Parts: sequence; C-alpha cells; structure tokens
Amino acid sequence: MSRSLKKGPFIHYKLEQRVNELNESGKKTVVKTWSRASMISPDFVGHTVAVHNGNRFIPVYVTENMVGHKLGEFAPTRQFRGHGGKKK
Amino acid sequence: MARLVGVDLPKNKRGVVGLTYIFGVGNSTACTILDEAKISYDTKVKDWTDAEIAALRKILNEKYKLEGELRSEVQINIKRLMDIGCYRGIRHRIGLPVRGQGTQNNARTRKGRKKTVANKKKATK
Repeated sequence: MSRSLKKGPFIHYKLEQRVNELNESGKKTVVKTWSRASMISPDFVGHTVAVHNGNRFIPVYVTENMVGHKLGEFAPTRQFRGHGGKKK
Repeated sequence: MARLVGVDLPKNKRGVVGLTYIFGVGNSTACTILDEAKISYDTKVKDWTDAEIAALRKILNEKYKLEGELRSEVQINIKRLMDIGCYRGIRHRIGLPVRGQGTQNNARTRKGRKKTVANKKKATK
C-alpha cells in the first residue's frame, strides 16, 4: 500500500537540513546518511549522497531520474559472489 | 473477421473475450469498451456489424495505448530502472524476480528453464 499523500514524502529531517544548507551555500560535499528510507526529493539532484548499506557507505550520485525513489534502492545490502564452481 | 489495432483477429469468441486478445486490453477494459460502444458482451466477434467495428476502432484509437506503443512504453520504464541502477533495475538486469519474491526454489518464470549442475554434492549422512 502506498503512503498517505496527506503526510507528504518521508525525508529524514537532518538529511533534509544538510541538503538545503548545501544548496544555499552552493557547495558539493558528500553527505553521509544511514537513512535508507528517505525519499529522494528534487533538491537532491546533482549531489552525492553516501548511503549506508549496513557495512559501508555507497556513494550515490543523484540524477533527475532518481527522484521519487528511496535512497536505499541504490545501495544494495547483499552481495552475490556467484555459485560454486571448481574448488582447488 | 474483425481486425482492430493491427494484427488481431480472434473469431468465434464472445465480444468481451475477443477484445482481450489485444495487448493492453484485459477483462475490465473490454467491458468498459463494449459498454461505451453499446454492444452486448455476448455478441460473437464475427457477428459484429461494420458500424460496430467502426465504433470500437474509434474508441480504441482515441482512448487507449495499445500493442506496440504500450510495449515500448513498458520497455522504456524498465530501461529507466536499469539505467539509474536501483534495486529493481539490478534485478531486471540479472533476470531475477523484481518484487521481493524468494529465489531458493521456483522463480522459474524469471530464471528460465532449470540449469542442472553436474556432480552436485549430495548431503552426506
């Protein structure tokens, strides 16, 4: 089920603050965040966000097309190393 | 012998069923279309009059995105997901289920026919 429109999109308030600060000062620094559930709003476009995947931070460069997705979608939490094969 | 939006011509079927042979028309869309054209659901496709076919053609052309156009739209959406490198896009790329289904068993629609692994170790007692 989708989120109620009344509430608006969820963005962690500190992350939002940081991005707004960056937009005002015009700087482009990497913003670290653990908030994988935050929606990417149009303000994020052009910034690089380091999204935590449980192990380390994955740098995500936000483009126009990503708006509306969640940050976590771009930082996979599992790594697939392939099946079996020859052991030696 | 009706030919609507390109290549479709199912005969001997009830109108509602016949329309669903078009890519982009399912049961409920077929009902709305027939309601709008004021044709009974039960009229066989071969029994449609020319006027009725013309009416259907008009509705299909004006209101719906069908067949090739719809297919390309779907492809574009998938392409977009793959290009931005999000989770769903990655799943599309490697051909695994996209919507969170399990993959330990089954998931054969996405994974294709079984690939048997030679000399797979049996569990020893």
